Amino acid sequence: MTDLTKLSLAEARDGLAKKSFSARELTDAFITAIEASNGALNAYVLPTPEHARAQAAESDKRIAAGSSRALEGLPLGNKDLFATKGIRTTACSKILDDFKPPYESTVGQNLWDAGAVMLGKLNNDEFAMGSSNETSAFGNVVSPWRRLGGDGQRSTDKLVPGGSSGGSSAAVSANLCLAATATDTGGSIRQPAALTGTVGIKPTYGRCSRWGIVAFASSLDQAGPITKTVRDAAIMLKAMASHDPKDTTSVDALVPDYEAALGKGIKGLRVGIPKEYRVDGMSAEIQKLWDDGIAWLKAAGATIHDISLPHTKYALPAYYIVAPAEASSNLARYDGMRYGMRVTGSNLTDTYELTRAAGFGREVRRRILIGTYVLSAGYYDAYYLKAQKVRTLIKRDFDDAWTTVDVVLTPTTPSPAFAFGEKSGDPLAMYLEDIFTVTVNMAGLPGMSVPAGFSSQGTPLGLQLIGKPFDETTLFQTAQVIEDAAGRFPVPDRWWMKG
Amino acid sequence: MHVDEATVRRIARLARIKISDAEAKSLEGELSNILDWVAQLDEVDTSAVEPMTRVVAQAMKMRDDVVADGEIADLVTANAPSSEDNFFVVPKVVE
Repeated sequence: MTDLTKLSLAEARDGLAKKSFSARELTDAFITAIEASNGALNAYVLPTPEHARAQAAESDKRIAAGSSRALEGLPLGNKDLFATKGIRTTACSKILDDFKPPYESTVGQNLWDAGAVMLGKLNNDEFAMGSSNETSAFGNVVSPWRRLGGDGQRSTDKLVPGGSSGGSSAAVSANLCLAATATDTGGSIRQPAALTGTVGIKPTYGRCSRWGIVAFASSLDQAGPITKTVRDAAIMLKAMASHDPKDTTSVDALVPDYEAALGKGIKGLRVGIPKEYRVDGMSAEIQKLWDDGIAWLKAAGATIHDISLPHTKYALPAYYIVAPAEASSNLARYDGMRYGMRVTGSNLTDTYELTRAAGFGREVRRRILIGTYVLSAGYYDAYYLKAQKVRTLIKRDFDDAWTTVDVVLTPTTPSPAFAFGEKSGDPLAMYLEDIFTVTVNMAGLPGMSVPAGFSSQGTPLGLQLIGKPFDETTLFQTAQVIEDAAGRFPVPDRWWMKG
Repeated sequence: MHVDEATVRRIARLARIKISDAEAKSLEGELSNILDWVAQLDEVDTSAVEPMTRVVAQAMKMRDDVVADGEIADLVTANAPSSEDNFFVVPKVVE
């Protein structure tokens, strides 16, 4: 039998429909792959094989009865930021300890109601704060990708899978699930997708419910999928998105059939190229990637337009006010009283302080302190209010752009995957990973990363598409053109399964 | 913007995070660097700009003011580090 784990989500769906294999066989193939791989890659913080087998058995019954749902029997990974009923959920922080939510996230529930199978909880940066998955309390996730040396051999140096959804990107690219849930506050879906040759979409703010997702920065957080193909992303987002009365920011708008819109082509589409993204010192390979993307879209009948988004350079500093401020407020709930760990001190305040010092990692503590500072008495106007005003200007730049273009094309990241420790010593160097993605969160727009080429080190690079609010359909159609031209980016060898 | 050690300690107290002397010292530099970097926002004239409060314009949703959930004290307290008879057990709050 062919290796079922190498199938795309759509291929697996069609194979199940044709009864080429059962949901149980498909699920078992992934469980075996996870057992053989997780020691080296650390993508899953909690595999749930028994849970998966029970769901797969239910799916096989449904398939036999002819009552399959949209994702019937398809095994997925679930980022540990999503609450799972009765199954440990930690946001990869020590402070949540052995927390077992008595509820399921809305996005998760939508997937299980569509028949999907959960293989386990995926690693991420602690509270989704990071761009390399180096801040997880469960340790680093290792990318399945390795650099190509001058001798044509792959180096054994370990690379980061991006972050914060590093478990999601590593698991999808290493064939340890068909697709994965992820979240994106400043680039946490698109940057790891770009670094691992996978597809990732952060939909418009409000498209997916945030209910049951551990909060980082509430005005920026959105859920979305990481997948092997553009079609798979379209299938996943359709299932994840919904209007949810439990999240007042979730939008009551029709979720289109994104998959049905694929392949319609982009003739006449107006594509914007923002000059501000041609940053100083942009490498020749990123420039070439971008030029290739422009040429592909042009060849498919799109027209290319130079545009200006003048406040682009202020997006990242404004983000590093807004996100820590909202995080310091959201993370105030971890006080060691109602759930999670507690370190008992000499009095109540001492208990709070000891619990939070022991429970939060270094980067999370740093961001809480910055957030506390910018929100503290006398500083609110100078920092948070100022940053929210700059956000209005960033959004206005895009509103102006939409009068002349339908979609914006940029690189996803300024550089390819890097090695552990390469950027973790300097917070500002790490923050710059999000320079091309963060504007999209600040403006609340949909953004998508599609693999489009290789770096000189033989590792993947992604192109980013930015769309109008709630126009994910155009992103999928345009991304399909890039995927058709660039091809798919499977990991060349499964080195991690040896021995 | 230079953040001195006393400010770091005051902020850490507000955030209820215990920090060591060594951490206070290193945070002094880290926080100062980050605040220096975000200070570039001062270049932007925002005098006539409204702050962004919503990414998508929509009216605040209303719902009926009725109890829709409840009688689940055991679930609410199930994850507590310490609980008794569906109550949270916490250190003494009022001396």
